Amino acid sequence: MLQTPAFQSKMLLDDAVHVRGARPKLLAVSSGGGHWVQLLRIKQAFADCEVTFVTVEESYRAQVPDHRFYLVNDANIGTKLALLKAARRLAWIVWTEKPDIVVSTGAAPGYLALRFGRLLGARTIWLDSIANVEHLSMSGSRIGRCADLWLTQWPHLARPEGPHYEGSVL
Amino acid sequence: MIFVTVGTQGPFDRLVRAVDKWAGMRARADIFAQTGPSDYQSEHIRTERFIDAGEFRRRVESSDLVIGHAGMGSIITALELGKQIIVMPRRASLGEHRNEHQVATAKQFAEQGRIVVALNEQELMDKLDQIQVLDGAERLGARASPRLINTIRGFIEAGYRG
Repeated sequence: MLQTPAFQSKMLLDDAVHVRGARPKLLAVSSGGGHWVQLLRIKQAFADCEVTFVTVEESYRAQVPDHRFYLVNDANIGTKLALLKAARRLAWIVWTEKPDIVVSTGAAPGYLALRFGRLLGARTIWLDSIANVEHLSMSGSRIGRCADLWLTQWPHLARPEGPHYEGSVL
Repeated sequence: MIFVTVGTQGPFDRLVRAVDKWAGMRARADIFAQTGPSDYQSEHIRTERFIDAGEFRRRVESSDLVIGHAGMGSIITALELGKQIIVMPRRASLGEHRNEHQVATAKQFAEQGRIVVALNEQELMDKLDQIQVLDGAERLGARASPRLINTIRGFIEAGYRG
């Protein structure tokens, strides 16, 4: 069992909570382009999970042929109506799937998925995009305490209280 | 074959126009550009607004050189397929993105020697003239660093021992 300071304390808390038999259900959520490419690069970490992908492009479906797949509209802080629509869709997906874990590489739809997931008791992982060299993304900085594992891909952006640096997608 | 891509978020005519102009000056007829939601009428290069994820990878795979905005989808895909990539970052000050992060991203990756960066159109055309296309650049492995994979896997397992 690998243990790192990034989640050691959280792990002890969770030990008592999750005692189940089947494979963990994991919901992996991302926007398009680089967010999706980065999500695929950490997919191997989900090998022991039942994985469902949620993203914004129908043509990505063919890249994860053996998995459940949902579409959500893309949105950002500047498109309030799209954000509401995405929130409604993600709330429904999270409610339907009841994941044990929600993971996202950004952006806004992933943020919303983590918030809903947490409300329903899922453990959450945020991996901020490697594109964010100078500071975390807006979603990434706001997600803070709602991410049980809160990661940046740049050592100079890591802080003792999070986000943590544990390597990158490259 | 040169493949130009601006991603899906918005047009980036400054890049497409510069490559089109360079193609005319150098009489290059082997350039294809994915231009996003743009009305730019090119003179020397073939264009398509959007292509799907499968065609995107095939286009990168069959090119000798990729020219892109400084988006991670373009950069990582080029590195995964062992292609040289020149990027020109989008500028929020010119209405090309919501913030200026592409400049910082591009500079950081250029410092690591992974990509070539052109900060403006003239620099892009100069670098296109200078670049030596190398055959068989080393491909990036298909997955993240072992440390990152192990951290995420460990986190998942830790909450799930029954």
